[in-house]
Amino acid sequence: MPPNALTSIRHKLGDASDCSGRFLWGAAAGVSLGDLLRSTSLGGRLPELSGRSVLLATRDQLATALALIELDGVAGRLVISAPDLSSEHLPSVIAKAGVDAIVSDHDAHDHRAVGGRLLFISTLDLVPAKREKIEHRPTEWVLLTSGTTGAPKMLVHTLKSLAAPIDLGRNLGTDVVWGTFYDIRRYGGLQIFLRALLGQGSLVLSGAAESTADYLMRLGVHAATHISGTPSHWRRVLMSPQAGAIAPHYIRLSGELVDQAILNTLGSSYPRAAISHAFASTEAGVAFEVNDGLEGFPASVVGASGEVEIKIDDGSLRIRSARNALGYLGGNNGVLADDEGFVDTGDVVELRGGRYHFLGRRNGVINVGGLKVYPEEVEAVINRHPAVRMSMVWSRKNPITGSLVSADVVLKGETDQRRESSQIADFKREILRICQQNLAAHKVPATIRCVPKLDVAAAGKMIRHYA
Amino acid sequence: MSIRSTVTSLIQQIAEETHKDLPSLTDDFVLLDSGLDSLAIAIVVTRLEDTLGLDPFTESDDTAYPVTLGDFIRFYENAAKCSDVYSAQTG
Repeated sequence: MPPNALTSIRHKLGDASDCSGRFLWGAAAGVSLGDLLRSTSLGGRLPELSGRSVLLATRDQLATALALIELDGVAGRLVISAPDLSSEHLPSVIAKAGVDAIVSDHDAHDHRAVGGRLLFISTLDLVPAKREKIEHRPTEWVLLTSGTTGAPKMLVHTLKSLAAPIDLGRNLGTDVVWGTFYDIRRYGGLQIFLRALLGQGSLVLSGAAESTADYLMRLGVHAATHISGTPSHWRRVLMSPQAGAIAPHYIRLSGELVDQAILNTLGSSYPRAAISHAFASTEAGVAFEVNDGLEGFPASVVGASGEVEIKIDDGSLRIRSARNALGYLGGNNGVLADDEGFVDTGDVVELRGGRYHFLGRRNGVINVGGLKVYPEEVEAVINRHPAVRMSMVWSRKNPITGSLVSADVVLKGETDQRRESSQIADFKREILRICQQNLAAHKVPATIRCVPKLDVAAAGKMIRHYA
Repeated sequence: MSIRSTVTSLIQQIAEETHKDLPSLTDDFVLLDSGLDSLAIAIVVTRLEDTLGLDPFTESDDTAYPVTLGDFIRFYENAAKCSDVYSAQTG
């Protein structure tokens, strides 16, 4: 099927009889795709959601997957709540996306957010449903990704742009069982969800509170063949006593810088597996996959003609393809692509020996195990401490999570050499406490140094260094 | 201070900072299964680099990742031995 003929997930799945032997497994329950096509997780109220702007506020991944399958092609717009969306930002997400219905799998709701909107409680106990003929429409998918100030950026995709990197003509067979350490509410996880559904496979989803060891055991029980995650997820696998529970044929890494050590170690730990690393972002989509077992990517990728065009401008990687998001929702986030349609990924690369290698992010964004941290957000919290004159947050390389947040702090008044070391230790403890109270754990600085001064450029901006 | 006691006291310090309760630190303690998440382990590794001047994870391109606390301590002890040999040869 060419991507143009892809109208909705349900349309691609076809009839229940086409889906026999295919499953979606969550941490607590499993659903056969055949049963799903003959039933509903939304209490049979699907027609009421036709054409609406629906916020998907489910917490369980299986509930999310079931709702996505039912709603794609029915809802006008599907806004997928990210796992870390705070209740503080929920009202603005709802307003910007014109949400008029909410699908949730839990009762605890922010009543301000629900307002007069329709509320649907989804359930994993499927109810048989006669499938009414619904005119399939192209649904707009809105994905959330973190922004500079902590407020999420909202990116518009369609099933077509999301599925564009997937070869729909290639049948991997019904024996293919996908697994992903990602949450399917993020781009990386959604890619695997769609690969499983639009291909012929099944999918094992992780549970929110499930340990790596427990998820590995379930992947082993369901004989998962194709498994994806960030390098940090994979390092966690290799540090788990259950690393031997899986025997994948295919390992996919994305979402973070991939180094040679993780590629080599995965190769020796899973000798049967083909190992591939992909470069992708919510904004630019999947740009390319590297299958030669080496870190970085071949220089030949740049400037080549094809479905995805890649150029390097001013040191950073820029991508133009049908996989790019269509744009931002809400207007205040600037322009996604340049005049020629290229999306600037902000990833700075360097050419060494015929391969490009990633140096870091132009805007200083720190990638902690696949989660983005904007330095400005952390600096603003550190600067609340009365003794802090200024601070600079930077990315420190780490072999477990790729990077960690580190902070350099200039104290007010005397230079730090003249302070008692016990006083400095107290300040550091207090700064750490303020950060822990106000920031998600991965944004809290792992190390804090007191320095006499910071580099400031002529224009008054701090000079940020890569990685 | 021995590498063993440096490692265990740092783990305890980070568990305290991140308000996590740890069981007693025996050699068969599975690092990622006992309340410490990978972020906490990442912080331990960074502080060990600052304290011991060693990062055995990045010294080799094919690392056997440590699973238990015993593996983790041996990982650092071996790296320290290698770096001693190296300094003896070059110094």
